[in-house]
Amino acid sequence: MWVFLIVGVAVVLWVIVAYNGLISLKNQTVNAFKQIDVQLKRRHDLIPNLVSAVKGAMDFERGTLEAVIQARNQAVQIPHSGPENMKQIGKAESALTGALSRLMVVVEQYPQLKATANVGQLQEELTSTENKISFARQLYNDTATQYNTKQQQFPTNLVAGLAKAAPSDLWEIEDQGERAVPKVDFSMNPQLANPAAPPRISKPQA
Amino acid sequence: MSAAAPNLFQQQAANRRRTTWLVIGFVLFFAWLGFGGDFILARYTAGAEPGAYHHTGPWIGILVTVVAAIMAAYAYRTGPEKVMWATGAREIDTPRTDDERQLVNVVEEMAIAAGLPRPRVWIVPDPDPNAFATGRDPQHSHVAVTEGLLAKLNRDELQAVVAHEMGHIKNFDVRLMTTLAALVGAVLLIQDGVWRVLRGGPRLGGGGGGRGGKKSDAGPLIALLLVVWVLSWLLAPLITQLLAVSVSRKREYLADAMGAQFTRNPLALAAALEKIEHSHEPTLAIKRGAAHLCIADPLGRRLTNREGFLADAFATHPPMAMRIARLKGMGYAQLKRESGQTA
Repeated sequence: MWVFLIVGVAVVLWVIVAYNGLISLKNQTVNAFKQIDVQLKRRHDLIPNLVSAVKGAMDFERGTLEAVIQARNQAVQIPHSGPENMKQIGKAESALTGALSRLMVVVEQYPQLKATANVGQLQEELTSTENKISFARQLYNDTATQYNTKQQQFPTNLVAGLAKAAPSDLWEIEDQGERAVPKVDFSMNPQLANPAAPPRISKPQA
Repeated sequence: MSAAAPNLFQQQAANRRRTTWLVIGFVLFFAWLGFGGDFILARYTAGAEPGAYHHTGPWIGILVTVVAAIMAAYAYRTGPEKVMWATGAREIDTPRTDDERQLVNVVEEMAIAAGLPRPRVWIVPDPDPNAFATGRDPQHSHVAVTEGLLAKLNRDELQAVVAHEMGHIKNFDVRLMTTLAALVGAVLLIQDGVWRVLRGGPRLGGGGGGRGGKKSDAGPLIALLLVVWVLSWLLAPLITQLLAVSVSRKREYLADAMGAQFTRNPLALAAALEKIEHSHEPTLAIKRGAAHLCIADPLGRRLTNREGFLADAFATHPPMAMRIARLKGMGYAQLKRESGQTA
């Protein structure tokens, strides 16, 4: 009699703990996704400043600038409601990343432009924003992986239905082109920069 | 197919496990000093004649617990602010120079990678490269770097150092180490107090022992335990300090591995540690009490090449060469994995 009671209480306690664990991970995943969004918005706000700072000096590189503006405007239009739009957002942001790194390669070729304090500051801001985006994605992917693993593992998978847990998509790089884009290095001492620094986004497993 | 170098998550798990065992050891040693003594004394005096002293309650255990709790609470309330104040650090509210802007950006980046709120950022006016973190919990945390660190490291390396400090914050290391330091302090305080009482009034402290010396029927085992217990108290400051610094060393390895997780770039931290290592002078602004919070031992002790027993036993940080070797191991494991994927 007592044994059954104790086992029953233990089972109920375990269900509560497992359920709460899943809910907490689910909310962490949603929150991590929101953080990517915050950083993407920063990036979109930064681009007009960058463009106006370099516009005057590079009239003859109009195409590169226009590509950045266009990619930015396309990215802004996608509604960021939640992980459902991830594929779409990913595509637009990849295009923007590509256009931005081409622009920065061009900026690197104009030492007098780089020397302007404003452009130097904007470069640091852009580096930081790009890093923040990739770190936010990294956190999202790590959290989502943890969430996915938890809900598939025995015995937590028994309460996954109860917690309405569904696997979250990981953030992957959309087009193959982005992987090939050379990493532009804005660090203060280029000769010491680490060429081994990997891209911060976890690669999709083949 | 596990290579010689364990990956960063395996290193994290191993260091967490070792810390757990060390902390359990610490707690058990404390229980032995307090409640263990109560038990032995109770058994030892149980057979004494009616008028003699009888040890009836866990008084030593309660005393030790209360003193330790008060000291931990005091350290916990005043510690972080005191450390910051003692170094003469200035807070960066709105960055003015390029260096300051980069530092604030890097701290923001690492806070995002760690999934924590942004700590407050401070700069310590000291030419030696060093950095430390403090604060009660991740919601009230501070990261401080020296001017020398900003001058000597590039962006990736600065990021790696800040990531190490975020690792300390995420692991609640400040709380852990402050508590352990308070417990060590409690042992010292009690030992000192008892020593004064014994010298001042031998009847008070020595009374029970003196009368108990006339063999009661407690048996040789209890007498032996009593001797071991008294010896434990004599050696307690040494033992607790050794346990505390070995916890500190495990937390350094763990913070290195956490930093590698946040940046996914362990080689940058290895490069930063090499640069910090090559500047010999001690960090004068950082006092001894905050040593265990720094990225590198601020006293500049040269214990870098061997993990010898005595040389290393009292160091708050593992040998630099060991840390760098482990980070490089993680870095090469990562490179191998990535090249294997594209090939």
